[in-house]
Amino acid sequence: MEKVSKEATEQESVSKGAFLFSIVRLSAIMIILCGIVYPLASTAIAQVLMPSQANGSLLKNSEGKVIGSELIGQKFINPALFHGRVSSIDYKAESSGSNNYGPSNPDMLQRTKDSVTQWKTNNPEVPISRLPIDLITNSGSGLDPHISPASAQVQIPRISSLTGISKDTLEELVKKHTEGRDLGLFGEERVNVLKLNKDLLELQAK
Amino acid sequence: MGIVQIVAVILILVLLVKPVGTYLYYVFSNEPNRTDRIFGGIEKWIFQLGGLKNRKGMSWKKYAISFLSTNVVLVAFGYLILRLQGGLPFNPNGIGEMEQTLSFNTVISFITNTNLQHYSGETGLSYFSQMAVITMLMFTSAASGFSVAVAFVRGITGKESLGNFFEDFVKAHTRVFLPIALLVALTLVALQVPQTLNPTIEVTTLEGQTQQIAIGPVASLESIKHLGTNGGGFFGVNSAHPFENPSPLTNVIEILSMWTLPASLPYMYGLFARNKRQGWGIFSAMMVLFVLLLSLNFYAESKGNPAINAMGIDASQGSMEGKEVRFGIPQSSLFTAVTTAATTGSVNNMHDTQTPLGGITPLALMMLNNVFGGKGVGVINMLMYAILAVFLCGLMVGRTPEFLGRKIEAKEMKLIAIAILIHPLIILGPTAISFLTDLGQGAISNSGYHGLSQVLYEYTSSAANNGSGFEGLADNSTFWNMMTGLVMLLGRYISMIAMLAVAGSLLRKKPVPETIGTFRTDNGLFTGILIGTVLIIGALTFLPVLVLGPVAEYLTLR
Repeated sequence: MEKVSKEATEQESVSKGAFLFSIVRLSAIMIILCGIVYPLASTAIAQVLMPSQANGSLLKNSEGKVIGSELIGQKFINPALFHGRVSSIDYKAESSGSNNYGPSNPDMLQRTKDSVTQWKTNNPEVPISRLPIDLITNSGSGLDPHISPASAQVQIPRISSLTGISKDTLEELVKKHTEGRDLGLFGEERVNVLKLNKDLLELQAK
Repeated sequence: MGIVQIVAVILILVLLVKPVGTYLYYVFSNEPNRTDRIFGGIEKWIFQLGGLKNRKGMSWKKYAISFLSTNVVLVAFGYLILRLQGGLPFNPNGIGEMEQTLSFNTVISFITNTNLQHYSGETGLSYFSQMAVITMLMFTSAASGFSVAVAFVRGITGKESLGNFFEDFVKAHTRVFLPIALLVALTLVALQVPQTLNPTIEVTTLEGQTQQIAIGPVASLESIKHLGTNGGGFFGVNSAHPFENPSPLTNVIEILSMWTLPASLPYMYGLFARNKRQGWGIFSAMMVLFVLLLSLNFYAESKGNPAINAMGIDASQGSMEGKEVRFGIPQSSLFTAVTTAATTGSVNNMHDTQTPLGGITPLALMMLNNVFGGKGVGVINMLMYAILAVFLCGLMVGRTPEFLGRKIEAKEMKLIAIAILIHPLIILGPTAISFLTDLGQGAISNSGYHGLSQVLYEYTSSAANNGSGFEGLADNSTFWNMMTGLVMLLGRYISMIAMLAVAGSLLRKKPVPETIGTFRTDNGLFTGILIGTVLIIGALTFLPVLVLGPVAEYLTLR
């Protein structure tokens, strides 16, 4: 009787060891499959079939030099160019982020007031009632490449008087760069500031 | 146009529920079917290598032990890699090893499917860690949760056993997550999400400055991040980053990726119960609660922040602080609601910056923790509330309550009570502790009532295994790493084990025949009672703290 129960415990401890060993082996398989094979296979397929997208949709100028990624916004301070959204990280794309100011945060309200004052100085022709909210608020990523079409339009008078390019030409340019909703339904109409400024500079160079 | 695009996405989801739910039933019913021919081969090979040729049905205890042991092994591996990443391959940006408490927090965060991130991906992780730790845990934690949900469903619908954990775990990978993840990843690349092992790019901008652009194997992480309702981003700002989510179309794909599987589980449950109306009843309850809270957020965010609107600018776009132009309010609002309902925790706009009323939506969805819910957990929680609803109705009419032909008795109700009460306990307790200590208070970045919301959000997100944050909170400190680490562990495992025990206990009961007096659980009346139960329990536990945080902020800002 005693012998039988001893055998049973032995068998149980053996199966317990086997159970744990199985778990370790199964985990190792999953680590290799999900952690190594899957991402590397995705990378290989992506690099072969869609290299331009897979490498960050880089944008080149007429001389073939990379000037940025069409997806990542850039900082523009030159008043003769279109400006993008507020970025607390100054569009430094080695990281990403924003201040996460709550709606009642006094620093955020002060920053917005300052932006409005600055707008009045730099754009005397456009009243603040036409200043769209996206131009004076921080994007979530701090890297937003877009502004709304209205935000591009209100900058036209300033740019026109600084560059001498006619308002109509600039209107055309903004219209050309206005991207519609995806599939005509999803998201918002938008203008890519980097692409817009690239064309604007080429126009100025002519 | 805003409402139209939201309705369009919801419609696509509803159309996907039936086919996907049916597929999941085929995968986990373990009856021979066509999918065996495609996946049987590789599974056989995995079982052979893993020494799992013999896969008997398990008792609930054995199932729980297998689930826990596998998770422990994976966590130990992940911790080691993070601590050693500096010297490992695929580290072109030369990132050093991760600090102890942060590594602890990170592996717990990912194995519990929370994906709370106290680090920033660009600067804190090598590409190897992003793949072998983060991406790997995203798969395995999702598959673990899925398996437990399937076992729970088998238990309450009276199958022969709860099933075999390893078989479910492997099948969840081979038949669900891996193939769909690969497909979604490649679709995302086609829509401009990067997938490369090259280091950070350096460019000279139009104005002649230098810009460093962080990049990497983003798409492969992005797809499983949503499919597994994980939510941890490759970059610090998560799906707000233009590389993670470049367009409204990728936004819709990401929303559907995280939403479809949890939303299909009620339908799968209906098939297991051999009564599809049971499944649709649960689904409808979830959808009603979802639409209510989504509407609140959409309304509040469209109306905007009164303090900014008062400055006289053109605020017709709504509250754009912390949001991206390409998404606008509708796509941001929908993403916020889905990511907190499905407890994914990825964000495409900063929840901290949302208007006070808008911010209630993500908080409330995580507090309820059963509106669709994370990989598997949501349907378990909703079924737990269904049993509670049956119990309450039983009390009112004075009959022993029954659910799916099995008597609900003291043992099950005690376990359910534990699972329901642990959730508020690990949210409100640690929130109070944090306010009592300088270590906790020091992290708050927005003063006043919003500060309370920040702390409350952090623990709600940890307990619900969501992982999003009111990210202004300076949370990478020993105190916050340890506190949220513990809350995530308790939030994940206590309720899962309790519910496996309920399933095990129900499985052993003799079915009672249905009579005229049986309370039906597959009609509109029951769905209504279920919604009521969820709302009453939720309001009783969380309304006071919501009044102190977001509601008070709303009243002062108005």
